[in-house]
Amino acid sequence: MSHLPLLIPLSLLLSALVIPLVGFWRGNLVPAVASLGAGLSFAFAIFGLFAVHSQGELRYQLGGWPPPIGIEYMLDGLSGFMAVLITGIGLVVLIHARCSILREVPDRIVPFYALALLLLAGLTGIVVTGDLFNLYVFLEIASLSAYALMAVGEERAPMAAFRYLILGSIGGSFYLLGVGFIYFSTGSLNMADVAQRLPELYASRAVVAAVTFMVIGFSLKMALFPLHLWLPDAYTYAPSAALALIAPIMTKVAAYGLIRLFLTVFGPTYLRDMLPVTSIIAWLAVAGILFGSVMAIAQRDFRRMLAYSSVSQIAYVALGVGLANPLGLIGALLHILNHAFMKGCLFLVAGSIRFRTGISDIPAFTGLGRTMPWTMAGFSLAALSMVGVPPTAGFFSKWYLVLAGIEAGNWIGVAVILASSLLNAVYFFRILEKVYTAPPRDNAGLTAHEAPLEMLVPVLFLAAGVLFLGLANAVIVNEMLEPIAASLYDL
Amino acid sequence: MMEAILGRYIYFMTALLLVIGLYGMIAKRNLIKKLIGMNIFQTAIFLFFIQGATKPGATVPVLDARLGTEAAHYINPLPHVLILTAIVVSVATTGVALALLITIYRRYRSLDEGIILERMRRS
Repeated sequence: MSHLPLLIPLSLLLSALVIPLVGFWRGNLVPAVASLGAGLSFAFAIFGLFAVHSQGELRYQLGGWPPPIGIEYMLDGLSGFMAVLITGIGLVVLIHARCSILREVPDRIVPFYALALLLLAGLTGIVVTGDLFNLYVFLEIASLSAYALMAVGEERAPMAAFRYLILGSIGGSFYLLGVGFIYFSTGSLNMADVAQRLPELYASRAVVAAVTFMVIGFSLKMALFPLHLWLPDAYTYAPSAALALIAPIMTKVAAYGLIRLFLTVFGPTYLRDMLPVTSIIAWLAVAGILFGSVMAIAQRDFRRMLAYSSVSQIAYVALGVGLANPLGLIGALLHILNHAFMKGCLFLVAGSIRFRTGISDIPAFTGLGRTMPWTMAGFSLAALSMVGVPPTAGFFSKWYLVLAGIEAGNWIGVAVILASSLLNAVYFFRILEKVYTAPPRDNAGLTAHEAPLEMLVPVLFLAAGVLFLGLANAVIVNEMLEPIAASLYDL
Repeated sequence: MMEAILGRYIYFMTALLLVIGLYGMIAKRNLIKKLIGMNIFQTAIFLFFIQGATKPGATVPVLDARLGTEAAHYINPLPHVLILTAIVVSVATTGVALALLITIYRRYRSLDEGIILERMRRS
């Protein structure tokens, strides 16, 4: 029995508890403690991924109670991949966060870091748990910390956070209701055990109700069109640091939940062949991709534009799940990874620009290419990847999604992916043009200079990551994602 | 027909509570009422779990020598434990929501959604 599955969320949870105590003693040590906690968890996650690669999945029985009675934590290819992604992005963002927190909400530094680590603990918990109810608890831990993190931003932030809270609670409650139906039909909460007992209950209407409630719940949490209504406001008014933490990973973890339900708990034959769940998801995703891209073009505020672009990008992931073939899953997982890097980088850039100039209005970005050259270089790379220019990472996830669409015969999906790349090009090149060709304006542009090293290094790291993931995509797909897809689809 | 309804009335009640809760969250303009709607919604789910634990003629799940270890004599304790956890989650959610509402009220001097949006537009 390996302890690694437990150690990943536990080290984050413990540091979240330690931070307020350290805060009482020496406030300026808090960022270091937070980074240490996230770093520790990242190390465990990497270690876990290698262990999974060499010896198969790791299982940990909480309190020594064997499943299905006890709660089981497990680390397989999929959850190891997600755990590394969450803790890695979390670590990079926490390093970047210190400056922008000190500038935007200086009196909230201790609660910010405590909540940030609690959020990461919740997200990693969702990924490692093998128990349906335990997943609900972690989902709510992560969501509650996200509501609080988003509320400390600008003047309008509390209202946006309250709306998010109401809709997020509906999502969580729907999931819980689905768990209830599952429990009363199968008598078990352990994912593997439920999966074993379900096939004989496929005809039961209670299981159909469970599927409906759980899928709606996760769709709300992952902001799948048309359940995305909470997202644009919540993303626009939150503090930059909180946003950079939440935007790249939070909705992806809900997508992970959907993948888990679809492939581990209910099984592809049920949701694809017996109920039309995956095709509904695919059509919603197609609508969401177009809607998000078109809305992003119409925005003036940089963060709001990124928020709508998130709606469209999460729909790519949903499309990969909805196409319901192994290539689609590979595309979805690769896009989760790539998008975490691209969006993380873009939101960090938004934070850096706000830190130096205080603006987030796109027309005021003129001349930033000269005053903040390195930050904007990172931005350009991430933007090219969002558009899907090869050799950046964004191209390859779209490539796999297109292949999956062709294989599934979903030609509209293929056309929409290509069309949306053009739309992405419209809204990113509009900014690049402002940034590089227009001269700096006297007020905002000239006084700005390059962001401090602490903020620049994470931006450049993620930007380099975008390029690296693009070049190394064959290795990632062959070594990591293909085995995951093969094992989940029972090939 | 009547029997089918009476035998399952608990499900109809749960569904009714769910709908009342959803209505409160979506249609009410007052933010406190939205929060109350959320609580009703969650309570409906709690009741759904609790009703699933009951068995006719069963007693509290404490081992009794006279009843032996036959599972049919005891109600299922697991849903109660799950819901105890879910109640804690719900209390925490309500707490966070109330804290947000206090901030909103201090800023806009109102908890009516229409008035708040009006004041947001003006500022």
